[in-house]
Amino acid sequence: MSIRLDKPWIEFSKQRVSLLTGHLGVYQLGNPQQEIIYIGVADAQSRFGLRGELEKWLEFNDFTISFFRLEVTMAYKTRHAELIQIFLNDFKRMPLANKHLNVASWGRLSAD
Amino acid sequence: MDFTLNEEQTMIVDMVRKFVQQEIIPVEKDLDPDADEVDHDTYAKLVEKTKAMGLYGLDTPPEYGGPDISMVTRTLIAIECSQHRAGLYVPCYNAFGGARQAQLFEATDAQKERYLYPMLKGEKKVFFGLSEPSGGSDPARAIQTKAVRDGNNHWVLNGTKLWISGADRADYGLVFARTGGEGRSGVTAFIVETDWPGFNVTRVVHTLRSAKYATEIHIENLRVPHENILGEEGGGFAIANDRLARQRVPYAAECLGVAIRAHEMAVEYSKIRETFGATLSSRQGIQWMLVENEIDLRSARLLVLDAAAKCDSGLPFRTESAIAKLVCAENGFRVVDRSMQIHGGLGVAKDLPLERWFREMRIRRIGEGPSEVQKHVIARDIIGASLR
Repeated sequence: MSIRLDKPWIEFSKQRVSLLTGHLGVYQLGNPQQEIIYIGVADAQSRFGLRGELEKWLEFNDFTISFFRLEVTMAYKTRHAELIQIFLNDFKRMPLANKHLNVASWGRLSAD
Repeated sequence: MDFTLNEEQTMIVDMVRKFVQQEIIPVEKDLDPDADEVDHDTYAKLVEKTKAMGLYGLDTPPEYGGPDISMVTRTLIAIECSQHRAGLYVPCYNAFGGARQAQLFEATDAQKERYLYPMLKGEKKVFFGLSEPSGGSDPARAIQTKAVRDGNNHWVLNGTKLWISGADRADYGLVFARTGGEGRSGVTAFIVETDWPGFNVTRVVHTLRSAKYATEIHIENLRVPHENILGEEGGGFAIANDRLARQRVPYAAECLGVAIRAHEMAVEYSKIRETFGATLSSRQGIQWMLVENEIDLRSARLLVLDAAAKCDSGLPFRTESAIAKLVCAENGFRVVDRSMQIHGGLGVAKDLPLERWFREMRIRRIGEGPSEVQKHVIARDIIGASLR
């Protein structure tokens, strides 16, 4: 199992998001170049799971989001932490829209 | 044996129970059901309160600033501390000081300055690296990580560690490696800093416990100074074993605490939930489940306090701690399962803490030595050394 979220990117549109389920899990948002700009989680406080979380991004955001991809998982907290750690390992910084997160509090993972 | 609480214990239990009900459970209402930490400010406020109670640093010896309490009192606190949603693995969100690497109290003065005191002040985080892919229940035989002496001043370590909590966020930790031949005397404990070349946390291990995770560590040509050996060369197993026996008692008590709360919830719910015109509590099928819960809880409580009392007496308590761990994990799991069943669909929903306890209690039957290993330990002590 790849520890990266290596699923195909999906076009970020109202229509595509409306087809999503309300499951819990993790997701990534991508810019037009399919670079990860946000790593998010639909936890058990999300009213409509992954669909609800992605709908929030449709309503308002300061970023150009062109793509998304997701993974349904009940281990949403640990998987979210893992994806953040992998990104930190790869790019030595937080994704653009995760900048509010404190790098030091996420731990280190050598994913290679 | 008389386990009537003395005046001080009664006061402490009452104080901790109120702390959980008035400080922890309200905070928890705003958190994700799988949350394992509170924000920094909330944590600081909680710690302020446990310090005011004189109970901060529960597992820290009094000479290093911890409270001067017996193992029985520590066990009673563990039973109370765990009675909330995150309580099994993060009792009171570590407001009582969190888990500490007790082995570091055996460090040299120089090691204490560099590693123990920063940990006690909460400035540094530490991990415990014992288990390997080859096993964790029988470390004396399973450890394959090798340490080879390189000149007079260094050792070079190579190997893999698995199921290690917190290694990705730790500043340093204990790594147990084989420096000699097979068996117990061939294992040595090293203090390893996580930013040294050759130390890599390569994987998060996802389990039923979805809030906290374990990690896998790859150690490749990691150079460790000779002065970073903890204790004596070949003395690593004794260091690890001491921790495991002592920690099993509060570990068992936490299982009991969660089970007590689950049972209380089941009793309350059975009195208000009606089916086919009568409350659940009026049904014999439900009554028997509650009775079985009660018996499981009472027997577990007696056995965990018995282990604690034996520990306090200074006598060997390995068998008693194994019995306590076995019974509290197995009985506790059954109690949570029955309580879930009584709650019906609500029992498996994330609206209530039962589903989290169910997942985490399942792990408790394996963590810190599976039930079957506890039986092996008990059998060995009953029958004799021939089973070694």
